[in-house]
Amino acid sequence: MAATVSEISRGLEAGEFSSVEITQEYLERIDKHNPTLNCFISVTGEIALEQAKTADTVRAEGNADRLTGIPLAHKDLFCTDGVRTSCASRILDNFIAPYDATVIEKFRAAGAVMLGKTNMDEFAMGSSNENSYYGHVANPWNISRVPGGSSGGSAAAVAAGLAPGATGTDTGGSIRQPAALCGVTGIKPTYGRVSRYGMIAYGSSLDQGGPFARSAEDCALLLQTMAGFDQRDSTSSEEAVPDFSATLGESIEGLRIGLPKEYFAEGLDGKIAGVIETAIDELRRLGAEICDISLPNTGLSIPTYYVIAMAECSSNLSRFDGVRFGYRCDNPVDLEDLYKRSRGEGFGAEVKRRIMIGTYALSAGYYDAYYLKAQQLRRLIKQDFQQAFSEVDLILGPTTPETAFSIGAKTDDPVSMYLQDIYTISLNLAGLPGMSLPVGFSDGLPVGMQLIGNYFDEARLLNTAFAYQQVSDWHLRVPEAFK
Amino acid sequence: MTLKTEDVRNIAHLARLHIDEDVLEQYVADLSSILDLVDQMNQVDSSGVAPLSNPLDATQRLRDDNVTESDQRDKFQQIAPDVEAGLYRVPKVIE
Repeated sequence: MAATVSEISRGLEAGEFSSVEITQEYLERIDKHNPTLNCFISVTGEIALEQAKTADTVRAEGNADRLTGIPLAHKDLFCTDGVRTSCASRILDNFIAPYDATVIEKFRAAGAVMLGKTNMDEFAMGSSNENSYYGHVANPWNISRVPGGSSGGSAAAVAAGLAPGATGTDTGGSIRQPAALCGVTGIKPTYGRVSRYGMIAYGSSLDQGGPFARSAEDCALLLQTMAGFDQRDSTSSEEAVPDFSATLGESIEGLRIGLPKEYFAEGLDGKIAGVIETAIDELRRLGAEICDISLPNTGLSIPTYYVIAMAECSSNLSRFDGVRFGYRCDNPVDLEDLYKRSRGEGFGAEVKRRIMIGTYALSAGYYDAYYLKAQQLRRLIKQDFQQAFSEVDLILGPTTPETAFSIGAKTDDPVSMYLQDIYTISLNLAGLPGMSLPVGFSDGLPVGMQLIGNYFDEARLLNTAFAYQQVSDWHLRVPEAFK
Repeated sequence: MTLKTEDVRNIAHLARLHIDEDVLEQYVADLSSILDLVDQMNQVDSSGVAPLSNPLDATQRLRDDNVTESDQRDKFQQIAPDVEAGLYRVPKVIE
């Protein structure tokens, strides 16, 4: 079973099966494979079947839309009214969200079905999904490997066919990197394209929600529902949302694609470089014009990102205080003890590291040296992209410097983990859209190619990925154990 | 080491995080290596560059000052660790 969102949508439309039947089928697959993969923190079977039943009624009444009755999984960072939203943290292990995130509300309104909430790195901080209070997620292509992070559960669920599509969030690569490592398609939209309301905040000037699916066609469909202005998100964009599906299939003849030399330099695995070269040749055959470009400040993106993300997280996560919701320590002696132990016991090690670095960077005497400096470099990084987009329509490179690494391989060295994000992180700093799509394998593990677009140019990204997927079938490959 | 044990103790206090003494040295090492990475920022002279806080250079959007939220105290307090008579309970603050 490798059904895509689009195939399921057509099957439901043609009456080949009902939403209840297909939902049941996915729930059975989750039941069978989740003990191995640990993709889901919560499976919401009862809600799913109820929503599926409603969707079938809506369809019978002739009011179905394209996502009516489609089962999906949601990263456990989107608040879901009445359903635990843990952010993979002990501090929210008992948190039943009292409202829906805008993204969840939109999928509900579109008639989609929620299969469950997916595993992730705690508070979206991580690149391997090993920082979850609920244990790591296994990569369906090789269960001794990581699925990437932070949206590892969503990526692995789609790769293993436990959901045809899933939501994720991307603060420094958390959609694109796991998509690459699990061999699925994922898109991080322009900052502000998808509402952050009800998305538990990590780095507010970087966070952006987006979909995972098997194909660009499916991502277009899912992003259509997710995107749009939202009054409740103060940085939501009022830019009009085009019909992403309508432009799929347009020719990419003459499309100017730039290859940043910094993305093909030292540090990139040679086999990945080879796979990417082959994919570039395919795009050339489709009429794209390939040229070399430079993003000279690429090397600065990791230190810059970690200062900004950690500063923002130290502020955002101050709300978890053991007073109004979430975990509270036993027998606090006074209020300070309550704060300190609730947070100390509730947060995992990586979250504590990031809060402390952020606190340090924002503290008196260090603000200019760290936070202000990082914001200045952030502008230089953005200007690199603006310069590049005066010459090309799209930027292309590998999504990650290596394929899925072994579980435990990088857990002792936070810095080596951070370096995994070298190609993805600068987009978040610049606020640009990017997507990852599978373009081959290296030693049996998927290789992802990243496409970077100009502001609000998701339609072009999706169409370019779609064009490639019309002449390749990497995106349809399914790991043997999950066929 | 960029940081000393006492620095990390102080940062943990500012962040209101309890850190067990037996793992404190590990944090000193980890945070120091992160700050070493961060110090790469100093390779570039950025004097005179305007800081960028919103990637789209957008400014805060304002709206009319109308009431849009309804009172949901009971719902919100259902998930609180300790409430009484509509109030959140914490250990005694004032002697």
